[in-house]
Amino acid sequence: MYAQMIKSEATQDDPEKLAAFQARIDAGDKIEPKDWMPAGYRKTLIRQIGQHAHSEIVGQLPEGNWITRAPTLERKAILLAKVQDEAGHGLYLYCAAETLGVSRDKLTEMLLDGRMKYSSIFSYPTLTWADMGAVGWLVDGAAIMNQVPLQRTSYGPYARSMVRICKEESFHQRQGFDIMMKMANGTEAQKRMAQDALNRFWYPSLMMFGPSDAESVHSEQSMRWRIKMNGNDELRQKFVDQTVPQAEYLGLTIPDETLAWNEEKGGYDFAQPDWSEFFDVLKGNGPCSVERIEARQKAWDDGAWVREARLAHAAKKQAAKVAAE
Amino acid sequence: MSVAGLIRMGDNTLVLGQRLSEWCGHAPALEEDIALANMALDLIGQTQLWLGLAASREEAGRDADALAYHRDAWDFRNLLLVEQPNRDFGVTMMRQFLFDCWHFEVLQALAAHPDAEVSAIAQKSVKEVTYHRERSSDTVIALGDGTEESRGRMQGALDRLWPYVGEMFSTDDDDLTDMTALRPAFDAYAETVFAQATLTRPDSDFAHMGGKTGARHSEHLGHMLATMQVLPRSYPDATW
Amino acid sequence: MKQEWPLWEVFIRGQHGLSHRHVGSLHATDAEHAIQNARDVYTRRKEGVSIWVVPAADITASSPDDKGSLYDPADDKVYRHPTFFDIPDDVGAM
Repeated sequence: MYAQMIKSEATQDDPEKLAAFQARIDAGDKIEPKDWMPAGYRKTLIRQIGQHAHSEIVGQLPEGNWITRAPTLERKAILLAKVQDEAGHGLYLYCAAETLGVSRDKLTEMLLDGRMKYSSIFSYPTLTWADMGAVGWLVDGAAIMNQVPLQRTSYGPYARSMVRICKEESFHQRQGFDIMMKMANGTEAQKRMAQDALNRFWYPSLMMFGPSDAESVHSEQSMRWRIKMNGNDELRQKFVDQTVPQAEYLGLTIPDETLAWNEEKGGYDFAQPDWSEFFDVLKGNGPCSVERIEARQKAWDDGAWVREARLAHAAKKQAAKVAAE
Repeated sequence: MSVAGLIRMGDNTLVLGQRLSEWCGHAPALEEDIALANMALDLIGQTQLWLGLAASREEAGRDADALAYHRDAWDFRNLLLVEQPNRDFGVTMMRQFLFDCWHFEVLQALAAHPDAEVSAIAQKSVKEVTYHRERSSDTVIALGDGTEESRGRMQGALDRLWPYVGEMFSTDDDDLTDMTALRPAFDAYAETVFAQATLTRPDSDFAHMGGKTGARHSEHLGHMLATMQVLPRSYPDATW
Repeated sequence: MKQEWPLWEVFIRGQHGLSHRHVGSLHATDAEHAIQNARDVYTRRKEGVSIWVVPAADITASSPDDKGSLYDPADDKVYRHPTFFDIPDDVGAM
């Protein structure tokens, strides 16, 4: 789940228009860029889609960290293709946000100066090759739970980009699990890496769903607008229930002594992550928060001359074409 | 059929693919990031084919991964050009352009190679490389012609990399085709691109040698391999 | 504020002879650059054999308020759809 803690905006529009808008959403209509929409709907969506896009772009970095060290040619190609997909997903999402009247450059600027956030998960380091497995298995697994229902979200361009993203992502989680299987069934050192990766990524993965709904004041409005499709706790529970048997299959231990099957609710009881750590990470105090933004800032600054030069060349070409006519 | 010639082809695509993959997540625009990754993926794919064929021909019980991950720098047979560091986007794209121009001519020649497996790899690769050359040409033209700053950077990149062009057209019996014969077509094509890019081809044809023979690589290759090979070397018993 | 690469809409025709279909957008400096970017961004999985790119600013869209007058009249012309007609099974494929 790449959008966390999205503050939804109150709206002060004409009540009649608001009612008609809500009726369209309730009827399952898609809202399109030129349609009337409440200012709060627009602002909330920009924040949510923007944060989702930023998460894809920053999310390239922890996995990109291992592309040059992938242990076989095939693993290198797979990982590169996957991280490349993330750039593509960021691109689709920025374009969706742009239909709401905000430019990609503006969104980038807001990421770099801290006004916009990215998912907390990408502020954690990737320390061994098994982390490539854990990120695919757990992080993409958690993201998919959120993204699949978003294919039915009320905003047309967002829904369509999610359709494309979900289609492309279908191999991401599987490649992660495939790495985990190799590691968990490998040498002693590989097994140790696999368990270590699970230990480090378990709680940060649970944080991806955001704090408990009971504490989230914004969920309700967003759910009415159909830009948030499920509650945080509901998705987290689903994630745990799905992941525990997979860990058992791998012969790995989930780092939670309280984890137990609860017959009554038909799901696992599990320990909550340390939410104070989560809020620290969101404030920019994650283990890699500074490096992540530094890397994006450097790419942005170093690329400025290229972006300008391409524009200048296109302008000259256009002028020459006009002169020739 | 020279196994050494196959290894040269595969080492070039491996080393350049590795260099390009270093850009992933750091390019000047998302569209460029994705395009660079596509080129890297094509080159890694070609590496699997060339080194795979080399391994099967040498009959020493190795496979493409063993060749990629378990040789040290002095056994690599890539051109010095491709092991040069990325530096800025201008150097990366100039290196790409010079390599693509050479690569395109080589693959066209190899597409007609009498060895069916060699020609099959070349025929598949030349389709990919035709596009690589188109994209890197357009980029060199756009950045050369663009702004004063970009022109300065591209001319600087060309000056810096030109001494690595000569090695591409040196040849010996290990090569799969006579590389000297490809030079005129390379020069003709490159010249038209430089003209549109408002860049000046350096006067000196001095050429650094030693990559494709393995006699003397640059210092950069060792660092690249230390990174690339760290896992299979540190955990020789593991499969991944 | 620095100038940004313009936005382009991308249309791709797949291998089965269907029409070009809108697949998404991207940024590029001119048409040639947009075609190359479209190839790199939108055909990574062999999605297409032909690409169209159009500057997003050049697209004229129907107004959403006209939705009723433009499309509703077609609602009752059900005879335009083949399933309107009952053809006996004995006739075979039609």
